[in-house]
Amino acid sequence: MDHNEIYDLLKMTFGPERILENCKTGDEKKGYRDSFILIAKDALPEVCQFLRNDERLRFNLLHCISGVEWPEYFESVYHLFSLPCKHRVTLKVRVEKTEPRVPSVTGLWPAANWLERETYDMVGIVYDGHPSLTRILLPEEWEGHPLRKEYEMPDHEHLREIGF
Amino acid sequence: MAKAARPKPLQGEPLIIQMGPQHPSTHGVLRVELETDGEIVSKATPHIGYLHRCKEKIGEKIPYEQYVPYSDRMDYLAAINTNWTWAMAVEKLAGIEVPARAEWIRVFVGELNRIASHLVFQGCFGLDLGAITPFLHCFREREMVLDILEELSGGRLCFNYMRIGGVAGDMTPRAMQMTQDFLTQFRSKLDSLNELLSFNQIFIRRSANIGVVTADEAIAYGWTGPILRASGVDWDLRRDEPYSIYDQFEFDVPVGQGLKGQVGDNWDRYWVRVQEMYQSMRILEQVIVGFPEGGEFKAKVPAVIRPPQGAEVYVRGECPRGEVAFYIISDGSGTPYRMKVRGPSFCNISALEAIAKDMVVADLVSTLGTFDLVMGEVDR
Repeated sequence: MDHNEIYDLLKMTFGPERILENCKTGDEKKGYRDSFILIAKDALPEVCQFLRNDERLRFNLLHCISGVEWPEYFESVYHLFSLPCKHRVTLKVRVEKTEPRVPSVTGLWPAANWLERETYDMVGIVYDGHPSLTRILLPEEWEGHPLRKEYEMPDHEHLREIGF
Repeated sequence: MAKAARPKPLQGEPLIIQMGPQHPSTHGVLRVELETDGEIVSKATPHIGYLHRCKEKIGEKIPYEQYVPYSDRMDYLAAINTNWTWAMAVEKLAGIEVPARAEWIRVFVGELNRIASHLVFQGCFGLDLGAITPFLHCFREREMVLDILEELSGGRLCFNYMRIGGVAGDMTPRAMQMTQDFLTQFRSKLDSLNELLSFNQIFIRRSANIGVVTADEAIAYGWTGPILRASGVDWDLRRDEPYSIYDQFEFDVPVGQGLKGQVGDNWDRYWVRVQEMYQSMRILEQVIVGFPEGGEFKAKVPAVIRPPQGAEVYVRGECPRGEVAFYIISDGSGTPYRMKVRGPSFCNISALEAIAKDMVVADLVSTLGTFDLVMGEVDR
């Protein structure tokens, strides 16, 4: 199935309140690139379960989870692939900056465990329901989330305190 | 008469051992926190991050073409393949066509680098099990591959050979000749290595039926590449979603069959990589026969690459360790708005905690060896 067919199937199953938009990226002049499907935050676990278990979709491989900071919101991005059906889909969930919390998908794909920890560590999105959401690349005492746009390096004093 | 009190059974406390970060068997700065009960591992928790260099933050700050040497230093045993995926991602993002000759050169160096990387694995895995001689043989052969890549790129580890829209330098007749010489003798060398190591009874007993991972587990943990195929999943990006010009070549995809034990054991993970070297040789032979005469080796690319605003791509490439992927979001300027690297070893090693349980410590070392970790790409 291609991206639009997957979007239609999801919209038919979950309705427009939960499957928000099928977005193209790029522009008309220079051409379009990869598309993504924007879904409501609370619908993420059900939609992912459907994507993984439905006979027509069978998205068994969670390839990547990324966190992106935009001026108004954070995005948690899921790149899913299906080895049996050989198709792919990109899901996005948007959360407000004041309370960046997204339901975890670790129960569906164990691969999400480390990927969510990395996104938490780097961007600061909190995954509700994750078994042990701790920092993974940075030391536990580190302050801040380096891949946020306004992040500044801590001073030497602090680095010395945490053993650097 | 009072009954003699029976002595209490000995109570052993679990012993916590820090394996690494400076331990020869962790292949880099990985620390595994082992909770052992005698020789048995009851829990193994990997701790990573010792080699974290903020590759993604750096990527947001510098122009697209300047990121190529940074991608070298992620998977430094297969620098070309990571370079290549980065170049493909930017080309797709900016809509750049790659000349045919450049694609042929890319496949050529990519497969050579795959052989070099698998040779390091083969040697080091033997070393993990106490076989020192094969290690020396493997590195001797790898040296010949590095000589060819040095002839083309000037580098021996971090090649910095790919460019956005092509490659850094044209193919030379000398490199072609060196490859031909290498191929004529490498097959028999690999055969003798198999006699020495792969079918050695001690080696088989130390690796077969150990660290078994089923296909479902492998997919659930996001495994890709040779260790996914070793678990019996017939999936190779080069064949199933061919990029570049891989659809023009004939090659087989080796899949784990459990020849010496069960499907997905350590021996299978080893054997899949050895067979992949034979397949890479087949591809290289076809490249030498069909290599195009003339043509450009690099497309004309604007001095500053400005992809369309808001465009994003997710591009995967088949590396010797699995599928490396780059996720790039552009804001229309000369640098990415956000870039994310998906390192295959990162996902592969996340399964360690699940498979290490109830394993003997010595087997954990060899299982870790079959993951073929490169910490540069786990920590990025």
